Amino acid sequence: MEQEREKLLEIHKLRKYFPVKTGFLRKGYVQAVQDVSLHIFKGETLGIVGESGCGKTTLGRTILRLYEPTCGRIVYNGETIFDSEKKIAVKMLPYCRKIQLIFQDPSASLDPRMTVGEIVGEALDIHKLCSSKAERCSRISKLLEDVGLNSEHANRFPHEFSGGQQQRIGIARALAVEPEFIICDEPISALDVSIQSQVINMLEDLQKDRGLTYLFIAHDLSVVRHISNRIGVMYLGCLVELAESYELCNAPIHPYTQTLLSAVPLPDPEKNKKRKRILLEGDIPSPLNPPSGCRFHTRCPYAMPICSEKEPEFKEYSPGHFAACHKLDME
Amino acid sequence: MSDKLLEIKDLRVSFFTPVGEVKAVNGIDYSLGYNEVMGIVGESGSGKSVEAYAIMSLLQSPGRIVGGSVLFEGEDITKYDAKQMTDVRGNKISMIFQNPMTCLNPVYTIGDQLVEALTCHNSSISKQDAKKRAIEMLDLVGINNAEKRFNQYPHEFSGGMRQRAMIAMALICNPKLLIADEPTTALDVTIQAQIIELMKDLQKKTDMSIIFITHNLGVVAEICDKVTVMYAGHVLEQGAVNDIFYTPQHPYTRGLLRSMPRLDSENQDRMIPIEGTPVDLLDPPRGCSFGPRCEHCMKICLQNVPPLVEIGENGHVSACWLHVRQAAEKKEAK
Repeated sequence: MEQEREKLLEIHKLRKYFPVKTGFLRKGYVQAVQDVSLHIFKGETLGIVGESGCGKTTLGRTILRLYEPTCGRIVYNGETIFDSEKKIAVKMLPYCRKIQLIFQDPSASLDPRMTVGEIVGEALDIHKLCSSKAERCSRISKLLEDVGLNSEHANRFPHEFSGGQQQRIGIARALAVEPEFIICDEPISALDVSIQSQVINMLEDLQKDRGLTYLFIAHDLSVVRHISNRIGVMYLGCLVELAESYELCNAPIHPYTQTLLSAVPLPDPEKNKKRKRILLEGDIPSPLNPPSGCRFHTRCPYAMPICSEKEPEFKEYSPGHFAACHKLDME
Repeated sequence: MSDKLLEIKDLRVSFFTPVGEVKAVNGIDYSLGYNEVMGIVGESGSGKSVEAYAIMSLLQSPGRIVGGSVLFEGEDITKYDAKQMTDVRGNKISMIFQNPMTCLNPVYTIGDQLVEALTCHNSSISKQDAKKRAIEMLDLVGINNAEKRFNQYPHEFSGGMRQRAMIAMALICNPKLLIADEPTTALDVTIQAQIIELMKDLQKKTDMSIIFITHNLGVVAEICDKVTVMYAGHVLEQGAVNDIFYTPQHPYTRGLLRSMPRLDSENQDRMIPIEGTPVDLLDPPRGCSFGPRCEHCMKICLQNVPPLVEIGENGHVSACWLHVRQAAEKKEAK
C-alpha cells in the first residue's frame, strides 16, 4: 500500500479572493478559498464536502487555474504549475490534457448548437490527438460506448437526451483527452435519485479501468462517503477537517463536521428518532466579511474566547486525520 | 363529517401540449386524516407537484383536471368557482414552495406580505391587530428581532430565514392543511435540519395536517407518518412510514431504497442502481409505468396497469402485478 501512495497533486496555502465593489470607490474581497493545503494521492478519490458558499467549487476551479489563484502553490506530479512566491505560472494547456473537469448542470455545460460528436471531438481537435478523420470518428464512438451511450448518438444534439445521459456526455468529453485526474464538481446533484447511482457506478468503473484520480466535490455527505477514500470538509473557504472517509464519518473531531453529520436525515425512521441532533444557530456568515479567528466560532457550540482571536492551525491529530480547532489543542 | 380531512379520488391531470396530451397525474387515490403528515416521494416528472397544484387549483394552462375529485372536509373543491376557492386557498389550505425567493414579492416588506395574507381572509381585522399577529407568527417560526424583521425586504433575509417567513405566511390563518412542495431542497443540510425541526414542532403545536412533497427519502423518514410513492403519475406504493422503510414491497420502492448510498451503513460496496431511464410522459408504457425498468417484469406488466391492492396492515397498499395474486389468495383464505 505504502509504495503506491505517490502524491499526484499538492496544494499549499492556496488562496482565492474575488474583488467586489462594496460601495462607491470602496472595494472588498470575497474570501472564497482561504489557505487550503492538501494533497491527493495517485488513484484515490478525495471528496470535498461543505455547504453552499463554502468555496468547494472555487477550490476545484482554482486548482485547474480557471480562476487564477491569489496566492499559494500548486504542484502537479512533481512539477510546480503555480507559485506566488517564486512567481511561477506555467501555461496550462499541456496540463489540461491531464486534468479535466465534470460540471454540475449537464444541460448548461453542453453547447446546445453542437452535436454530441462535435462536443466530444472538440477536445481531440484542440490537443491534436487524431491524425485522420476516421480515427477521430472511431475514438468518439468508442468514448460514447464507454460511458454507456450508443455510437449513433454522436449525430444528435444535447437536448435530445435525458439529464443522466447528458451527464454521460459530459463525462465522455472529459475522458476524450485521456486525463489522469478529473475534478468532479457536483456531478450527480442535478440528477434523479435512481439515475445518481448509475452515474456513480460508472465513475467507479472508469476509475478502476483507467486508474483515474478524482477530486469529488459535492454537498451530499452520503454520496461523498460512498465514493471517496478520504474526505475533506470545508467551511467558509477553510478546510476544517480531513480524514479517511470511514474515520471522518464515524469519529469526526471538528465540531462543524459533527454537526454536518448529525444534520443529514437518514432513510430510517427509528434511527432518526433515537439520534441526537446538533442544531446550529443562524446562517453561514458572509465570506465578504468572515468572522475573525476561527471562522466557525460564531456558530460553534464549544466556542471559547481564543476562538475569536486566533485562527486555529490545520494539523494532524492522529495519522492521516487533520483538523483545525482550538478545542482539540486543549485536550 | 368524515374523519378524513382530505380525500383524493381517481384524480387525473393532463397538460395539453402542442405535441400531445401529457398525463401528469393518472388516476391517484389517497386520503389524509386530521393531524397527519403524509410524505409524497417521487422523481422529477412523477407528478407529485402537479397533484399538489391541482388540489390548490393553481394549475396553469395548458394543464387541467380531467377527472376525479378532491374532497376537503367532505366537499369537492374541484367544483368550486374561483371566488369560493380564494376562500379556501391560504385560509384552510396553505402551500409553501421550493424556492422562497421567487415566491416572495421583492418590492414589499415581509411584514406587508404577512399582513396581506391575513387581511385577505379576514377583512374585519384592524391594522394593529394584524401587525401584532404577524409579529407573533415571525416569532413563532424562530425569526429573532421579529419587530425589526417585520419592516425588512425579502433580499435582506437569508435562504433559511426566507423559508421561515414563507412558513409564517402560510400558517398565519391557521390552515388545517399545509402543502409543502420540496421546502428544503434548495437549502443546505444544516439549514434543512433547522426547518425540519421547526415544521415538526409547529405541526405538534397547531394540529394541522401536512402533505410533504420531496424526493429526499431521508427527509420523509424524519417527518412523515404516512408515505406515498409516485412514479409517472401513478401511486405505486403507500403505507405507514415504518412499513415503507422496513418492509417495502413494490420493486420501485425497494430499488430506490437500495440505490441510495447511506451514511449509516457499514457496507460501502457497489450500489445497485435502477436500470433504464425515466418514463417519457408523452409516450408512456401501456401497462405498468415502471414495467420497462422493473427486474421482475412479467408479460402482464407490459399490457395492463396493475390496480392498488392491500398488502399489509395500516393501509399498506401497492400497485404491482406481483402482489395482485397474493392479495387475491389472501382474500380467499379469509
